[in-house]
Amino acid sequence: MSSSMGKTIGKNIIRMILLVIAVSIAAFTLMTLSPIDPLQANVGQAALGSMSQEQIAKLEEYWGVGQPPLQRYLAWAKDFFTGDMGVSLLYRQEVSKVIAVKLGNSMFLMVMAWVFSGILGFVLGAVAGMHRGRAADKIIRGYCLTVSSTPAFWIAMLLLIVFGVWLKVLPIGLSVPIGVEASGVTFLDRVRHAILPAVTLSITGISNIALHTREKMIDIMESDYVLFARARGESNWQIFKNHGFRNVIGPAMTLQFAAISEIFGGSVLVEQVFSYPGLGQAAVSAGLGSDLPLLMAITIISALFVFGGNLIANILYGVIDPRIRKGEKAV
Amino acid sequence: MEKNTSPVLEIRHMNISFLQYEKGFRQVELPVISDLNLTIEEGEMVAVVGSSGSGKSLLAHGVMGILPYNASMGGEMIYRGQPLTRKRIQKLRGNEIVMVPQSTSYLDPLMKVGQQICKGSRDEEKKKKLNQIFHRFSLEEKVQQQYPFELSGGMTRRIMISTALIENPRLVIADEPTPGLHLKMAKRAMEHFRQLADMGAGVLVITHDLELALETADKVVVFYAGHTIEEANASDFKEVSLLRHPYTRALWKAIPQNGFESIPGIQPYVKEMPKGCPFAPRCEKRTAECEGEIPYRKVRDGYVRCLYDA
Ligand SMILES: Nc1ncnc2c1ncn2[C@@H]1O[C@H](COP(=O)(O)OP(=O)(O)OP(=O)(O)O)[C@@H](O)[C@H]1O
Ligand SMILES: [Mg+2]
Repeated sequence: MSSSMGKTIGKNIIRMILLVIAVSIAAFTLMTLSPIDPLQANVGQAALGSMSQEQIAKLEEYWGVGQPPLQRYLAWAKDFFTGDMGVSLLYRQEVSKVIAVKLGNSMFLMVMAWVFSGILGFVLGAVAGMHRGRAADKIIRGYCLTVSSTPAFWIAMLLLIVFGVWLKVLPIGLSVPIGVEASGVTFLDRVRHAILPAVTLSITGISNIALHTREKMIDIMESDYVLFARARGESNWQIFKNHGFRNVIGPAMTLQFAAISEIFGGSVLVEQVFSYPGLGQAAVSAGLGSDLPLLMAITIISALFVFGGNLIANILYGVIDPRIRKGEKAV
Repeated sequence: MEKNTSPVLEIRHMNISFLQYEKGFRQVELPVISDLNLTIEEGEMVAVVGSSGSGKSLLAHGVMGILPYNASMGGEMIYRGQPLTRKRIQKLRGNEIVMVPQSTSYLDPLMKVGQQICKGSRDEEKKKKLNQIFHRFSLEEKVQQQYPFELSGGMTRRIMISTALIENPRLVIADEPTPGLHLKMAKRAMEHFRQLADMGAGVLVITHDLELALETADKVVVFYAGHTIEEANASDFKEVSLLRHPYTRALWKAIPQNGFESIPGIQPYVKEMPKGCPFAPRCEKRTAECEGEIPYRKVRDGYVRCLYDA
């Protein structure tokens, strides 16, 4: 078993490296083809007009205008693989530092959303699946279908209006209070600022996991083994405890780990609406501002997250399901 | 048999049909069991034999109250003198009334079999009883920690039988409990059921294996295309002339020692059910009257659904 485990790990590392290379080439190509002129975007038309030729040439060098793309890519790749992510052109700081801060903010939000949507979505899906066709199921399914056909940014704005503007119970943006020194920011402040974006992300995340859990639960409830459990006098609760939960948790966990990519994607939009200074927002500004080193790093980190989520999902499936776990041993 | 108590289970004129949608939205009713009659006394072991698709499993599911949602059931079921209503079966099943299911799919693939037999309970008494059952079935104790996919067909069969033996049932309905078991193990399983009957329970064993049934059962009920066509004492099978229905006699002749003869034709499908006697198309003795109503009548301490007595 351990040798096959080693093989799996080795295979996945190779796959990961290939993925990083492919993603970096794709991101770089898109960036090169981007119609945005970095000087106009970052310095401004008016300022450029009043500059001398030398000044412009200096700026062009800074933003990498006119350099042959292949050479530029290789230079970046060489640095990157030796552990140097470069300096962000926009933030004028090391990319690794920028990312550490932004990722910290985003993780806070995404972990909250991921855990919340996972647990709530699972519970709602299980309840709906166990009570198929009844009122609880209709309400839950109705909610899920409505939410999954509503754009995330719209939900975000709705929440912002209700809780931030009308009720004034939660802040309307950013990750810390305005005008407070960094040392004065409490953990509670951070939580308060992350609530609305996290809730927005959760609301959209719930419907996916809930609908899938429901489908799976319905299949389980129609299975012969649940029929037999009924014939053995097991109550609905016993059926859930003995058979429903056991059979649905594996697929649900797998799905939730695979859904990391969706939460990641969703956070880009949501952070934008709430001006929440996370990785998503940094990605948008890096893209629009032609900040090549930053954008490349963010892209690769995102790819690693998605890859990691899927990898955990696959491994988890083998660990949870005895047919796979023990089957491996028998071979 | 002396009758000082009411039967464990009495089924009168049971019928089961399915509502099905055919070609678009036309709803058709498919009658799969018609006028089924059956009585199980205390201490009695009744075998139900019949070919595939004759409705044996549906009978079991009908009694246990687990028919699919598109099925409807009519007739009467009396359990120990009282009608077996939906509410009553829901209360009794799993302890007083137990079923042994027909196939592996009735076991939860992700639950260890020991836990599964005990329905997840950690009761010490139950565990002791489980160990005894495993011992009698020559199953190692470590099998309790295994999952259904790790077991052989014969082991699975014994696990499914154990789900019934772990309770203290007064009515056992075993749906084909022996296929896949070696003859010795199959006989041992039947002996278990015999024991339960001797201790006062009523046992209904559904089986394909007429020979095995005859060794242990008291009575044999023969199914054909959703009808009960004969109820005979096991001893009637010693002499073919004591049997009452042409189909039962055909079954008798199909037993290896009795000639291994099979009759031509197949059981009619529900949608092409002939009027009157379902066996008529294959019967040598059929007459025009066989297309009419055939009563289930008492003949020589048994029952038969045939106009012509042997
Ligand atoms: N859900 C269903 N919908 C429609 N018809 C059904 C359904 N379940 C069973 N039937 C039909 O009812 C008839 C009896 O089925 P049943 O499973 O009781 O047969 P059986 O005697 O147990 O056969 P076997 O020996 O193969 O187990 C069959 O003709 C089958 O096609
Ligand atoms: Mg069957």
